[in-house]
Amino acid sequence: MLSSTALIWGVALILLPLSGALLTFLFRAVATPIGICVALAINLCTVRLAWLISTQEVPRYPLGGWGAPLGIDLYVDGLSMTLLIMSAVVGLAISCYAPSYFRSARHKLIYFWPLWLFLWTALNALFLSADIFNLYVTLELLSLAAVALAALAGSADALTGAMRYLLVSLLGSLCYLLGVALLYHAYATVDIALLAERVVASPITSAAFGLMMAGLLLKTALFPLHFWLPPAHASAAAPVSALLSALVVKASYYLLLRLWLEVFGNVNVGIDVILGVFGAAAVLWGSLQALRQSRLKLLIAYSTVAQLGYLFVVFPLAAVNANAWQGALYLALSHAFAKAAMFLAAGNMLLFCGHDRIIDLDRVVQRLPLSLSAFALAGVSIIGLPPSGGFIGKWLLLEVAVAHALWGWAVVIVVGGILAAAYVFRVVGHAFTPAKNTHEVHAVPAVMEWVALVLATSSILLGLSAAQTLMLFEVGDPFRILSGEAPS
Amino acid sequence: MIWQSSLPLLVLCSSLLPGLIIFALPESSVRIRTTLNLFGAVTKLALVAWMVWDVYQGHQFETRLQFLPNLDFTLQMGPLSVLFVTLSALLWLVTTIYAIGYLEGSPHRSRFFGFFSLCVTATAGVAMAGNLLTFLLFYEMLTLVTYPLVVHRGTEAARQAGHTYLRYTLPGGVLLLIGTVWLYTVTGTLEFTSRGFLQTVDESQHPALIAIFFLLVMGFGVKAALIPLHGWLPQAMVAPAPVSALLHAVAVVKAGAFGVIRIVYDVYGAEFASQLGVTQPLAILAAITILYGSLRALFQDDLKRRLAYSTISQVSYITLGVAIVGPIATIGGLVHLVHQGLMKITLFFCAGNLAETLGIHKISEMRGVGKRMPLTMAAFTVGALGMIGIPPIAGFISKWYLGLGALEVGQSWVVLVLIASTLLNAAYFLPVLYIVWFCEPDHPWCENRHFDNSETNWTLLLPALATAGMAVAAGLLASLPYTPLEWVRFITHNQFYQ
Amino acid sequence: MSSTFFFALAGIGLFVLGLYGLIIYAHLLRKILAINIMGSGVFLVLAGLAHRLPDGTADPISHAMIITGIVVAVAATALALVLMLQVQHTTGQAVLPEKQKY
Repeated sequence: MLSSTALIWGVALILLPLSGALLTFLFRAVATPIGICVALAINLCTVRLAWLISTQEVPRYPLGGWGAPLGIDLYVDGLSMTLLIMSAVVGLAISCYAPSYFRSARHKLIYFWPLWLFLWTALNALFLSADIFNLYVTLELLSLAAVALAALAGSADALTGAMRYLLVSLLGSLCYLLGVALLYHAYATVDIALLAERVVASPITSAAFGLMMAGLLLKTALFPLHFWLPPAHASAAAPVSALLSALVVKASYYLLLRLWLEVFGNVNVGIDVILGVFGAAAVLWGSLQALRQSRLKLLIAYSTVAQLGYLFVVFPLAAVNANAWQGALYLALSHAFAKAAMFLAAGNMLLFCGHDRIIDLDRVVQRLPLSLSAFALAGVSIIGLPPSGGFIGKWLLLEVAVAHALWGWAVVIVVGGILAAAYVFRVVGHAFTPAKNTHEVHAVPAVMEWVALVLATSSILLGLSAAQTLMLFEVGDPFRILSGEAPS
Repeated sequence: MIWQSSLPLLVLCSSLLPGLIIFALPESSVRIRTTLNLFGAVTKLALVAWMVWDVYQGHQFETRLQFLPNLDFTLQMGPLSVLFVTLSALLWLVTTIYAIGYLEGSPHRSRFFGFFSLCVTATAGVAMAGNLLTFLLFYEMLTLVTYPLVVHRGTEAARQAGHTYLRYTLPGGVLLLIGTVWLYTVTGTLEFTSRGFLQTVDESQHPALIAIFFLLVMGFGVKAALIPLHGWLPQAMVAPAPVSALLHAVAVVKAGAFGVIRIVYDVYGAEFASQLGVTQPLAILAAITILYGSLRALFQDDLKRRLAYSTISQVSYITLGVAIVGPIATIGGLVHLVHQGLMKITLFFCAGNLAETLGIHKISEMRGVGKRMPLTMAAFTVGALGMIGIPPIAGFISKWYLGLGALEVGQSWVVLVLIASTLLNAAYFLPVLYIVWFCEPDHPWCENRHFDNSETNWTLLLPALATAGMAVAAGLLASLPYTPLEWVRFITHNQFYQ
Repeated sequence: MSSTFFFALAGIGLFVLGLYGLIIYAHLLRKILAINIMGSGVFLVLAGLAHRLPDGTADPISHAMIITGIVVAVAATALALVLMLQVQHTTGQAVLPEKQKY
C-alpha cells in the first residue's frame, strides 16, 4: 500500500528527534554535531514526505497495529504537512544558531539539545497524530519541554515567566483532557475521522467543545488570555524565544483548527464571530502594547500576540468562504519564519550591545547590517507588504472580506498592518541614530547573523512561491474547499 | 523569442544585481563600487534604448510569472512604460555620477549606493508593471528602499523625516491595497489594458468603481504629493541632495503620478472615467495643489524647501493633464512627466552644489553667487526659467499643450489656473535669479572644499549642465522623432484614436 | 447511570475546586497541588464514564488513558516543583510577581 511507505517517513520524523534527544543527553561532548545531523535528517525526511504526499494519496498509518477506532493512527494532509515543513526549516535554523549563542555558557547548551529535540519530537508527533488523546499527550510533552527551555535562561524574570507559563499550559491541557473524556464517553472513540462521522449537536458535545476550545485558546494566547506569553517569550534565551513564538503556539492553534474543521463543524454556531472579535482585539491591543515597549524582545513578544490575533480574525471570514483558511495558514507559516528571524536578530543585537533597549540601539545598522536587514525583512513580512508571505496571507483574507462586504474585518486587517509598520520602523529608525549612552560591544559570530537573514529572506520568498505553497495546502483538502462543502 | 520575454527582467536585474553586490562590498573599495554603479546604469540605458526602437515598431515585450493562482507577476514594455523607464534610466545614470562626487569621502557609501540601485530597480518595476498587483509590489518596494536613503545621515532630524515619510506613504499603500483587492473582487482581473478594462462592468457596480477610483487616487496621491497628502515631501529635505533629486524628479513623486496615469488610462480608460464623473474632482484637486504649492513656495527661505513646494505644484500638472481628459491635454500632462523631471533634477543638483561647495542652504545667502559659480547658476537659471514656462525651454511645451487641451474640451478655467501658477512661479523664481546675478555678495564665501581650476568638482557640475542641456533640447527640438513630445504623441494616438 | 453520574459529578467537582485553588492561592506549592487536584478530577471523570461495555467489564481504553495521564501528570509535577525551588532560590519567595516590572 502506498500510504504506509509514505508514512514510514512520518514515523522517522518522530523517531529521529527522539533518538537525537537521547543521544545528545548521553554523549554531551558531541551534542552539537549530533543535533545538527538530526536537524538535517529531519529536513530530508520532511522533504521526502512532502514529495510523496503531494504526488500520491493522503496517507494514514496505524502505529503498532492499533487502527481506528482504538487509535493510534498517524495522518498527514496539506495542513499538517505545511506545519511539519515549517518546524523543519525553523528548527534547522535554530539548531544552527543555538551553539553559537550559548558558546559562553556551555552548561546551558548541554540542557538545550535534549530539551529542544524532545520538543521537536512532540511537535512532529502532534502534527502527525490522528486521535485526540494522542494529541493530548503530545501537547503536554510539548509544553513541558517548552517550559524547561524557557527557564533555561536562568534569570529571575525567565524563571517566573516559565513558572507562569507552566501553570497556564497545565491548566489548558487539563481543560482539553476533560473535553476528551466527555467526547470519549459520548462517542466511544478518540479517532478524529470517526468522531467527525459520529458527532451530533448535544449538550455533552457543546461542553466538550467549550472545554477543549478554552484550553487551546489559553495555550494559543488569544487575547485576553495572552498575559503569560510576553514575559515567557521575552525573557527566554533568543533561540528559545524564537522557537516558542514561531512553533509552539502554532501547535495548539493547529489542534484547535483541526478540531474546528473536522469534529465541531456543525456545533460551533456563532462562536466564529466571538473568536473573530477577540482576534481583532488581540491585533489592536498587541500592536499598541508592542508600540509602548521600551525593550526590543518584549516588543517582538507583543507582536506575536497581535499576529496570533490574525489567526482568529480568520474564523468569521472562513464561515462565509473557506478560502480564508488558506490565508490563515499562510499567515501562520510566514509568521513562523519572520518571527523566528526577528527573535534571532534581536538576540544578536542583545549580544552585541549587552542590552535590548530600543532607544539605545546605537547605529546597529552599520555595525550589524545583516542582523538589522534580517529584522527589517522579517518586519516586511509581519507588516504584510508585497511580495512577502505575510502579504499573500493578508491578500487572501482581504479578498474574502471585501468580496462579502465584511468591511469591519478588512479594516482590522489593514490597521494591524499599519500598527505593525509603526513598531517595526520604531526599531529600525533607532538603529540609524547614535545612542546617548554607549556601551561596550561584543562580537557576534557570523553564523548567527546569517541564520537570521536566511530565515527572514525565506519569509519574503514564501510570497513568491504562492502558487506552489497553496497547492501543498490543498493536499487531502483539509479545508473542504475542493469538495465545496464548506462549514456554513 | 526568449530574449523578448526576458528583456524587461534584464532591465530590472541591471540595477538589482549591482545593488546587491554593492551591499557586500567593503567601504574602501571605491573603484569597484563606482565601476559597478556606472556599469549598471549604462547597461540599463542600453537595454532601454534597444527596447525603445522595437516598441516604436509596434513590438511588445512581456515577462510573465505566476504569482497567485489567477494573478500573474507581469512586466510589460508598452509605449507608456518606455516613457517612464527611459526617464528613470537616463536620470539614474546622471544622478549616479552626481552622487559619486557628492558623497566622496563620506561614510556608509556602500549602503547608500546599494539602496540607491534598489530604488531605481523599484522605479523601473513601477514603470514596467503589467498589472495593478505588480505595480503595487514595486510601489511598496520603492517606499521601503527610499526609507534608508531619507534617514541616511543618521541624525535625529533624519529619523523624524523618515518617520514622517512612512507615516504618509504606508497608509497610502494600505488605501491602494484595499482599492486593488476591491477592484479584483469586482472584475476578477487587474491587467492593464490600453483604454481600460472596466467598460463592461455592470451598471450596478458603478458606485463601487467610483469609490475604488478615489481609494486608488488617494493611495497614489500620497506619493504624487496631492494636497492634503503632501506633508512628507518638504520634510524629506534632510536627505542628501542626490536623494532629493531622486525623490523629486525620478522615483517617488513620479511613481505616484505615474500611478494616476495608469489608473485613468489603463484601468478605467479615460473616456469611461470621465463618464463616471471622477475626473473632474481630480482635476480640481490638482488645480488647487498647483496653486497651493506655488503659494507656499513663495514664503520659503530654505532653497530646498522652496524647490520642494515647487515640486508639489509642478507634479500636479501631470495629474491635471490626465484629469482634463482630452488628447491634447494628455500630451501636456504626460510630457510634463519627463520635462518636470529634467528641470527639477537640474535645480536640485545646483542646490546640492551650493551646499556642498559653499555651504549655502538659504536663498538669502545666495547673493552674488553667480559670479563665484557661473556654470552652476547658469544651469539653475535654465531650470528656473523652464519651470516658469519660458520658451524655448521644455516647461513651455507642457504648459502650452495643457492650455490648448483644456480649451479643446471647454475647460477654460484651467487656463486661468495655468496663468496664475505661471505668475506665482515667476514670483518665487525670478527674485532668486535676481539675487544670484545682480547682487554683490555681502560676505566672503566659506569654501568647504577647494578645487583648482573649476568652480566645483566636475562630477557635481557636469550632471547639472547635462540635465539643463537636455531640458533646453527637449524644448527646442520638440518636434524631432524620439523626443519626449513625439513619444507622448505616439502614446496619445494609441489611447484616443485607435 | 447513578454511579456513572456520581463519579463524573465528583470528578467535575474536584476539577472546579482545583481551578478555584489555582486562581486563589498565591503560593506556588498550593498552585501545583491545585493543578494535581484538577488532574485527579479529570481522571475520575474518565474512570467514572468508562462503564460502557455491554458485558459489564470496565473499558480498558479509559484505563490506559488514565495511566498515561497520571504519568504525564507526575512528570509535570516534578518539573513544576523543580521550577518552584529555582524561583524560590532566585527571588527569595515562592510566589509569582503580581505585575511584571518592565
